[in-house]
Amino acid sequence: MRRQLLSVAATAAGICSLLALKPHHPAVPPVAVAPTGPGSSGTSSGGPVSGTYTGDSVDTRYGPVQVRVTLSGGRITKAVAVRTPSENERDREIAGYAVPMLTSETLTAQSAQIDTVSGATYTSEGYIRSLQSALDQAHG
Amino acid sequence: MGDRAGAGGVPWRHAEPVMGTVVSFTLRHRPTPVLRAALADAVALLHEADRVYSPFLPDSAVSRLRRGELGRADAPPEVRHVLELCERAHSRTRGAFDAWADGRPDPCGLVKGWAAERAWRVLYEAGATDVCVNAGGDVRVGGAPGPAGVWRTGIADPLRPGRLLAVVAGRDHAVATSGTTERGAHIVDPRTRAPATGLLAATVTGPELLWADVYATAAMVLGATEAHRWIISLPGYALLTVAADGEARASVDFPFAPSG
Repeated sequence: MRRQLLSVAATAAGICSLLALKPHHPAVPPVAVAPTGPGSSGTSSGGPVSGTYTGDSVDTRYGPVQVRVTLSGGRITKAVAVRTPSENERDREIAGYAVPMLTSETLTAQSAQIDTVSGATYTSEGYIRSLQSALDQAHG
Repeated sequence: MGDRAGAGGVPWRHAEPVMGTVVSFTLRHRPTPVLRAALADAVALLHEADRVYSPFLPDSAVSRLRRGELGRADAPPEVRHVLELCERAHSRTRGAFDAWADGRPDPCGLVKGWAAERAWRVLYEAGATDVCVNAGGDVRVGGAPGPAGVWRTGIADPLRPGRLLAVVAGRDHAVATSGTTERGAHIVDPRTRAPATGLLAATVTGPELLWADVYATAAMVLGATEAHRWIISLPGYALLTVAADGEARASVDFPFAPSG
Protein backbone atom coordinates (compact mmCIF):
# COMPACT_ATOMS: atom_id res chain seq x y z
CA MET A 1 0.00 0.00 0.00
CA ARG A 2 2.83 2.37 0.81
CA ARG A 3 4.28 2.07 -2.67
CA GLN A 4 0.90 2.79 -4.22
CA LEU A 5 0.48 5.94 -2.21
CA LEU A 6 3.92 7.15 -3.15
CA SER A 7 3.07 6.64 -6.78
CA VAL A 8 -0.11 8.65 -6.40
CA ALA A 9 1.68 11.30 -4.39
CA ALA A 10 4.34 11.73 -7.03
CA THR A 11 1.72 12.20 -9.71
CA ALA A 12 -0.31 14.63 -7.67
CA ALA A 13 2.81 16.60 -6.86
CA GLY A 14 3.54 16.76 -10.57
CA ILE A 15 0.13 18.24 -11.22
CA CYS A 16 0.57 20.69 -8.36
CA SER A 17 3.81 21.82 -9.93
CA LEU A 18 2.13 22.41 -13.26
CA LEU A 19 -0.59 24.33 -11.51
CA ALA A 20 1.76 26.45 -9.51
CA LEU A 21 4.46 26.93 -12.08
CA LYS A 22 2.32 28.74 -14.59
CA PRO A 23 3.31 31.45 -14.83
CA HIS A 24 5.10 31.71 -11.49
CA HIS A 25 7.72 29.30 -10.25
CA PRO A 26 7.49 28.74 -6.51
CA ALA A 27 8.98 25.64 -5.00
CA VAL A 28 6.14 23.27 -4.27
CA PRO A 29 6.72 20.75 -1.50
CA PRO A 30 5.72 17.15 -2.17
CA VAL A 31 2.11 16.41 -1.49
CA ALA A 32 0.99 13.67 0.85
CA VAL A 33 -2.06 12.04 -0.58
CA ALA A 34 -4.65 10.26 1.53
CA PRO A 35 -7.23 8.16 -0.27
CA THR A 36 -10.66 9.64 0.33
CA GLY A 37 -12.71 8.04 -2.39
CA PRO A 38 -14.40 4.74 -2.99
CA GLY A 39 -11.11 3.14 -3.93
CA SER A 40 -9.58 3.71 -0.54
CA SER A 41 -10.51 0.27 0.66
CA GLY A 42 -9.10 -1.51 -2.37
CA THR A 43 -6.53 -4.20 -1.90
CA SER A 44 -5.08 -4.52 -5.40
CA SER A 45 -1.32 -4.82 -5.48
CA GLY A 46 -0.83 -4.00 -9.14
CA GLY A 47 -0.61 -0.21 -8.81
CA PRO A 48 -2.74 2.69 -7.66
CA VAL A 49 -6.24 1.77 -6.63
CA SER A 50 -9.02 3.20 -8.71
CA GLY A 51 -10.96 5.95 -7.03
CA THR A 52 -10.87 9.62 -6.15
CA TYR A 53 -8.05 10.97 -4.02
CA THR A 54 -7.70 14.41 -2.51
CA GLY A 55 -4.23 15.69 -1.76
CA ASP A 56 -3.37 17.69 1.31
CA SER A 57 -3.69 21.41 1.09
CA VAL A 58 -0.23 22.76 0.37
CA ASP A 59 0.80 26.28 1.25
CA THR A 60 2.69 28.05 -1.49
CA ARG A 61 3.76 31.63 -1.29
CA TYR A 62 0.71 32.44 -3.41
CA GLY A 63 -1.67 30.63 -1.09
CA PRO A 64 -3.03 27.14 -0.54
CA VAL A 65 -3.23 24.62 -3.36
CA GLN A 66 -5.14 21.38 -3.17
CA VAL A 67 -5.68 18.89 -5.95
CA ARG A 68 -8.09 16.01 -6.30
CA VAL A 69 -7.31 13.23 -8.78
CA THR A 70 -9.44 10.42 -10.07
CA LEU A 71 -7.69 7.19 -10.95
CA SER A 72 -9.01 4.42 -13.09
CA GLY A 73 -7.07 1.36 -14.16
CA GLY A 74 -3.88 2.92 -12.88
CA ARG A 75 -4.24 6.14 -14.86
CA ILE A 76 -5.31 9.61 -13.90
CA THR A 77 -8.59 10.25 -15.59
CA LYS A 78 -9.22 13.61 -14.00
CA ALA A 79 -7.40 16.20 -11.95
CA VAL A 80 -9.16 19.12 -10.35
CA ALA A 81 -7.72 21.88 -8.24
CA VAL A 82 -10.16 22.03 -5.33
CA ARG A 83 -8.28 24.91 -3.71
CA THR A 84 -6.25 27.51 -5.52
CA PRO A 85 -4.66 30.77 -4.48
CA SER A 86 -7.56 32.93 -5.62
CA GLU A 87 -7.75 35.35 -2.72
CA ASN A 88 -6.49 38.35 -4.61
CA GLU A 89 -6.29 39.50 -8.18
CA ARG A 90 -2.56 38.95 -8.62
CA ASP A 91 -2.73 35.38 -7.42
CA ARG A 92 -5.55 34.68 -9.78
CA GLU A 93 -3.03 35.09 -12.57
CA ILE A 94 -2.26 31.45 -11.93
CA ALA A 95 -4.82 30.70 -14.54
CA GLY A 96 -5.45 27.38 -16.12
CA TYR A 97 -3.89 24.15 -15.00
CA ALA A 98 -2.70 21.29 -17.13
CA VAL A 99 -5.28 18.57 -17.61
CA PRO A 100 -4.16 15.03 -18.29
CA MET A 101 -5.72 13.62 -21.42
CA LEU A 102 -8.37 11.12 -20.58
CA THR A 103 -7.80 7.51 -21.49
CA SER A 104 -9.75 5.98 -24.33
CA GLU A 105 -11.30 3.42 -21.96
CA THR A 106 -12.77 6.19 -19.85
CA LEU A 107 -14.03 7.99 -22.91
CA THR A 108 -15.77 4.89 -24.16
CA ALA A 109 -17.48 4.52 -20.82
CA GLN A 110 -18.41 8.19 -20.67
CA SER A 111 -19.60 8.57 -24.23
CA ALA A 112 -22.48 6.24 -23.48
CA GLN A 113 -23.63 8.70 -20.84
CA ILE A 114 -23.46 11.98 -22.72
CA ASP A 115 -26.42 13.89 -24.08
CA THR A 116 -24.66 15.89 -26.79
CA VAL A 117 -21.23 16.84 -28.15
CA SER A 118 -19.49 20.21 -28.35
CA GLY A 119 -16.81 20.45 -30.98
CA ALA A 120 -15.40 22.49 -33.79
CA THR A 121 -18.04 23.16 -36.38
CA TYR A 122 -19.63 20.04 -37.73
CA THR A 123 -20.13 20.54 -41.42
CA SER A 124 -21.34 17.06 -42.08
CA GLU A 125 -25.02 16.50 -41.55
CA GLY A 126 -24.38 12.77 -41.78
CA TYR A 127 -21.96 12.93 -38.92
CA ILE A 128 -24.35 14.60 -36.54
CA ARG A 129 -27.28 12.46 -37.57
CA SER A 130 -25.19 9.36 -36.98
CA LEU A 131 -24.14 10.74 -33.63
CA GLN A 132 -27.75 11.39 -32.76
CA SER A 133 -28.82 7.90 -33.64
CA ALA A 134 -26.02 6.52 -31.48
CA LEU A 135 -27.17 8.73 -28.61
CA ASP A 136 -30.74 7.62 -29.13
CA GLN A 137 -29.61 4.02 -28.82
CA ALA A 138 -27.61 4.82 -25.72
CA HIS A 139 -30.59 6.47 -24.10
CA GLY A 140 -33.26 4.17 -25.48
CA MET B 1 -43.62 20.38 -15.56
CA GLY B 2 -46.62 18.17 -16.24
CA ASP B 3 -45.51 17.51 -19.80
CA ARG B 4 -42.01 16.30 -18.93
CA ALA B 5 -41.04 12.94 -20.29
CA GLY B 6 -41.18 10.38 -17.52
CA ALA B 7 -38.13 8.74 -16.04
CA GLY B 8 -36.47 6.58 -18.63
CA GLY B 9 -38.45 8.29 -21.38
CA VAL B 10 -36.76 8.73 -24.74
CA PRO B 11 -35.99 12.42 -25.43
CA TRP B 12 -37.75 14.10 -28.30
CA ARG B 13 -35.23 15.13 -30.96
CA HIS B 14 -35.23 17.31 -34.05
CA ALA B 15 -32.32 18.12 -36.37
CA GLU B 16 -32.55 21.16 -38.66
CA PRO B 17 -30.04 21.91 -41.45
CA VAL B 18 -29.60 25.69 -41.31
CA MET B 19 -26.85 28.35 -41.20
CA GLY B 20 -24.44 26.07 -43.03
CA THR B 21 -24.60 23.44 -40.32
CA VAL B 22 -27.11 21.32 -38.44
CA VAL B 23 -28.89 22.63 -35.37
CA SER B 24 -30.28 19.81 -33.25
CA PHE B 25 -32.84 20.07 -30.50
CA THR B 26 -33.23 17.57 -27.68
CA LEU B 27 -36.27 18.02 -25.45
CA ARG B 28 -36.93 15.97 -22.35
CA HIS B 29 -40.60 16.66 -22.83
CA ARG B 30 -43.53 15.03 -24.52
CA PRO B 31 -44.33 16.69 -27.87
CA THR B 32 -47.47 18.62 -26.94
CA PRO B 33 -49.09 20.95 -29.50
CA VAL B 34 -47.75 23.97 -27.57
CA LEU B 35 -44.18 22.68 -27.65
CA ARG B 36 -44.45 21.60 -31.30
CA ALA B 37 -45.46 25.16 -32.14
CA ALA B 38 -42.58 26.54 -30.06
CA LEU B 39 -40.11 24.25 -31.82
CA ALA B 40 -41.44 25.43 -35.19
CA ASP B 41 -40.95 29.04 -34.02
CA ALA B 42 -37.41 28.29 -32.85
CA VAL B 43 -36.55 26.69 -36.20
CA ALA B 44 -38.10 29.61 -38.09
CA LEU B 45 -36.01 32.02 -36.03
CA LEU B 46 -32.83 30.26 -37.15
CA HIS B 47 -33.80 30.41 -40.83
CA GLU B 48 -34.71 34.08 -40.45
CA ALA B 49 -31.28 34.76 -38.91
CA ASP B 50 -29.73 33.00 -41.90
CA ARG B 51 -31.71 35.16 -44.34
CA VAL B 52 -30.84 38.42 -42.61
CA TYR B 53 -27.23 37.87 -41.56
CA SER B 54 -25.66 35.50 -44.08
CA PRO B 55 -22.88 37.17 -46.09
CA PHE B 56 -23.29 34.31 -48.58
CA LEU B 57 -26.85 35.29 -49.56
CA PRO B 58 -26.65 38.29 -51.93
CA ASP B 59 -29.95 39.78 -50.75
CA SER B 60 -29.35 39.51 -47.00
CA ALA B 61 -29.23 42.72 -44.97
CA VAL B 62 -25.60 42.00 -44.14
CA SER B 63 -24.70 41.54 -47.81
CA ARG B 64 -26.33 44.88 -48.62
CA LEU B 65 -24.50 46.52 -45.71
CA ARG B 66 -21.24 45.06 -46.98
CA ARG B 67 -21.84 46.39 -50.50
CA GLY B 68 -22.70 49.79 -49.08
CA GLU B 69 -26.25 49.67 -50.44
CA LEU B 70 -27.66 49.84 -46.91
CA GLY B 71 -26.39 52.31 -44.33
CA ARG B 72 -26.06 51.17 -40.74
CA ALA B 73 -28.47 53.87 -39.55
CA ASP B 74 -31.06 52.63 -42.06
CA ALA B 75 -30.72 48.97 -41.11
CA PRO B 76 -33.54 47.27 -39.19
CA PRO B 77 -33.30 47.74 -35.38
CA GLU B 78 -32.38 44.12 -34.82
CA VAL B 79 -29.49 44.32 -37.28
CA ARG B 80 -28.22 47.44 -35.53
CA HIS B 81 -28.49 45.56 -32.24
CA VAL B 82 -26.38 42.69 -33.61
CA LEU B 83 -23.75 45.13 -34.85
CA GLU B 84 -23.66 46.67 -31.37
CA LEU B 85 -23.13 43.18 -29.93
CA CYS B 86 -20.22 42.79 -32.36
CA GLU B 87 -18.69 46.01 -31.02
CA ARG B 88 -19.14 44.79 -27.47
CA ALA B 89 -17.51 41.47 -28.46
CA HIS B 90 -14.55 43.38 -29.89
CA SER B 91 -13.94 45.27 -26.66
CA ARG B 92 -14.59 42.31 -24.36
CA THR B 93 -12.06 40.16 -26.27
CA ARG B 94 -9.28 42.75 -26.47
CA GLY B 95 -9.78 42.94 -30.23
CA ALA B 96 -9.45 39.21 -30.78
CA PHE B 97 -13.02 39.11 -32.09
CA ASP B 98 -13.44 41.60 -34.92
CA ALA B 99 -16.53 41.61 -37.11
CA TRP B 100 -14.93 44.35 -39.22
CA ALA B 101 -11.67 42.48 -39.87
CA ASP B 102 -11.91 43.02 -43.64
CA GLY B 103 -13.17 46.58 -43.26
CA ARG B 104 -16.81 45.65 -43.82
CA PRO B 105 -19.32 44.27 -41.29
CA ASP B 106 -19.53 40.49 -41.04
CA PRO B 107 -21.33 39.40 -37.87
CA CYS B 108 -21.14 35.75 -38.98
CA GLY B 109 -18.95 34.76 -36.04
CA LEU B 110 -21.51 35.95 -33.53
CA VAL B 111 -24.85 35.26 -35.20
CA LYS B 112 -24.92 31.48 -34.85
CA GLY B 113 -24.50 31.58 -31.06
CA TRP B 114 -26.82 34.56 -30.76
CA ALA B 115 -29.55 32.86 -32.81
CA ALA B 116 -29.18 29.50 -31.06
CA GLU B 117 -29.43 31.19 -27.65
CA ARG B 118 -32.64 32.89 -28.78
CA ALA B 119 -34.02 29.63 -30.22
CA TRP B 120 -33.36 27.95 -26.88
CA ARG B 121 -35.14 30.81 -25.10
CA VAL B 122 -38.22 30.50 -27.32
CA LEU B 123 -38.58 26.90 -26.17
CA TYR B 124 -37.86 27.78 -22.55
CA GLU B 125 -40.50 30.50 -22.47
CA ALA B 126 -43.03 28.10 -23.99
CA GLY B 127 -42.52 25.80 -21.01
CA ALA B 128 -39.83 23.50 -22.39
CA THR B 129 -37.55 23.93 -19.40
CA ASP B 130 -35.43 20.83 -20.02
CA VAL B 131 -33.93 21.35 -23.46
CA CYS B 132 -30.59 21.13 -25.28
CA VAL B 133 -29.90 23.09 -28.46
CA ASN B 134 -26.74 22.12 -30.35
CA ALA B 135 -25.83 24.50 -33.17
CA GLY B 136 -23.12 22.66 -35.04
CA GLY B 137 -21.15 21.88 -31.92
CA ASP B 138 -22.10 24.96 -29.88
CA VAL B 139 -24.43 23.89 -27.12
CA ARG B 140 -27.04 25.58 -24.90
CA VAL B 141 -28.75 23.49 -22.25
CA GLY B 142 -31.39 24.36 -19.73
CA GLY B 143 -32.26 21.70 -17.26
CA ALA B 144 -35.08 21.17 -14.82
CA PRO B 145 -34.27 21.23 -11.10
CA GLY B 146 -32.92 18.07 -9.53
CA PRO B 147 -30.32 15.52 -10.62
CA ALA B 148 -32.36 14.51 -13.68
CA GLY B 149 -32.01 18.03 -15.07
CA VAL B 150 -28.25 17.82 -15.54
CA TRP B 151 -27.02 17.66 -19.12
CA ARG B 152 -23.72 15.99 -19.97
CA THR B 153 -21.88 17.48 -22.92
CA GLY B 154 -18.93 15.62 -24.40
CA ILE B 155 -16.12 17.77 -25.76
CA ALA B 156 -14.67 16.49 -29.02
CA ASP B 157 -10.97 15.67 -28.87
CA PRO B 158 -9.23 17.71 -31.59
CA LEU B 159 -6.35 15.23 -31.72
CA ARG B 160 -8.49 12.12 -32.05
CA PRO B 161 -11.53 12.68 -34.26
CA GLY B 162 -14.60 10.84 -33.06
CA ARG B 163 -13.32 10.67 -29.50
CA LEU B 164 -13.97 12.85 -26.50
CA LEU B 165 -11.50 14.98 -24.61
CA ALA B 166 -13.68 15.50 -21.55
CA VAL B 167 -17.27 15.70 -20.38
CA VAL B 168 -18.88 18.73 -18.77
CA ALA B 169 -22.05 18.75 -16.74
CA GLY B 170 -24.49 21.59 -16.26
CA ARG B 171 -28.11 22.40 -15.65
CA ASP B 172 -28.34 25.83 -17.23
CA HIS B 173 -25.31 26.84 -19.27
CA ALA B 174 -23.67 27.03 -22.67
CA VAL B 175 -20.71 25.07 -24.03
CA ALA B 176 -19.05 26.44 -27.16
CA THR B 177 -16.01 25.01 -28.90
CA SER B 178 -13.89 26.68 -31.53
CA GLY B 179 -11.21 24.76 -33.31
CA THR B 180 -9.26 23.94 -36.38
CA THR B 181 -10.29 20.31 -36.81
CA GLU B 182 -13.33 20.24 -39.06
CA ARG B 183 -12.67 23.14 -41.37
CA GLY B 184 -8.93 23.48 -41.21
CA ALA B 185 -7.19 26.54 -39.80
CA HIS B 186 -10.05 28.99 -40.47
CA ILE B 187 -9.50 31.37 -37.57
CA VAL B 188 -7.48 34.44 -38.42
CA ASP B 189 -6.00 36.81 -35.86
CA PRO B 190 -7.68 40.12 -36.81
CA ARG B 191 -4.82 42.02 -35.20
CA THR B 192 -2.11 40.46 -37.41
CA ARG B 193 -4.19 38.98 -40.29
CA ALA B 194 -2.26 35.74 -39.78
CA PRO B 195 -3.95 32.41 -39.15
CA ALA B 196 -4.15 31.69 -35.43
CA THR B 197 -2.24 28.45 -35.01
CA GLY B 198 -1.31 28.23 -31.34
CA LEU B 199 -4.35 26.21 -30.28
CA LEU B 200 -6.14 23.24 -31.80
CA ALA B 201 -9.35 23.88 -29.87
CA ALA B 202 -10.85 26.10 -27.21
CA THR B 203 -14.02 25.35 -25.27
CA VAL B 204 -15.79 28.01 -23.21
CA THR B 205 -18.59 27.34 -20.75
CA GLY B 206 -20.80 30.02 -19.25
CA PRO B 207 -24.27 31.44 -18.88
CA GLU B 208 -24.96 32.52 -22.49
CA LEU B 209 -24.16 30.76 -25.75
CA LEU B 210 -23.71 34.07 -27.59
CA TRP B 211 -20.77 34.97 -25.35
CA ALA B 212 -19.39 31.46 -24.88
CA ASP B 213 -19.13 31.21 -28.68
CA VAL B 214 -17.49 34.61 -29.05
CA TYR B 215 -15.05 33.89 -26.22
CA ALA B 216 -14.11 30.47 -27.65
CA THR B 217 -13.25 32.11 -30.97
CA ALA B 218 -11.27 34.81 -29.17
CA ALA B 219 -9.38 32.23 -27.09
CA MET B 220 -8.16 30.58 -30.30
CA VAL B 221 -6.71 33.92 -31.34
CA LEU B 222 -5.27 34.85 -27.95
CA GLY B 223 -3.52 31.52 -27.35
CA ALA B 224 -3.43 29.47 -24.15
CA THR B 225 -1.50 31.75 -21.80
CA GLU B 226 -3.21 35.02 -22.63
CA ALA B 227 -6.66 33.42 -22.98
CA HIS B 228 -6.49 31.73 -19.56
CA ARG B 229 -5.52 35.02 -17.89
CA TRP B 230 -8.22 36.90 -19.78
CA ILE B 231 -11.11 34.50 -19.11
CA ILE B 232 -10.75 35.12 -15.34
CA SER B 233 -11.98 38.67 -15.95
CA LEU B 234 -15.27 37.33 -17.32
CA PRO B 235 -17.43 36.15 -14.39
CA GLY B 236 -19.21 32.86 -14.98
CA TYR B 237 -17.09 31.80 -17.96
CA ALA B 238 -14.46 29.07 -17.91
CA LEU B 239 -12.02 27.81 -20.53
CA LEU B 240 -10.48 24.53 -21.70
CA THR B 241 -7.75 24.73 -24.33
CA VAL B 242 -5.82 22.15 -26.33
CA ALA B 243 -2.53 23.39 -27.74
CA ALA B 244 -0.86 22.19 -30.91
CA ASP B 245 1.57 20.17 -28.79
CA GLY B 246 -1.38 18.37 -27.20
CA GLU B 247 -1.30 20.08 -23.82
CA ALA B 248 -4.76 20.61 -22.38
CA ARG B 249 -5.32 23.38 -19.85
CA ALA B 250 -8.48 24.21 -17.94
CA SER B 251 -9.73 27.05 -15.78
CA VAL B 252 -9.89 25.99 -12.15
CA ASP B 253 -13.67 26.33 -12.23
CA PHE B 254 -14.19 24.49 -15.52
CA PRO B 255 -17.33 22.35 -14.96
CA PHE B 256 -15.96 18.88 -15.61
CA ALA B 257 -18.59 16.22 -15.06
CA PRO B 258 -17.99 13.96 -12.08
CA SER B 259 -16.40 10.84 -13.48
CA GLY B 260 -18.69 7.85 -13.50
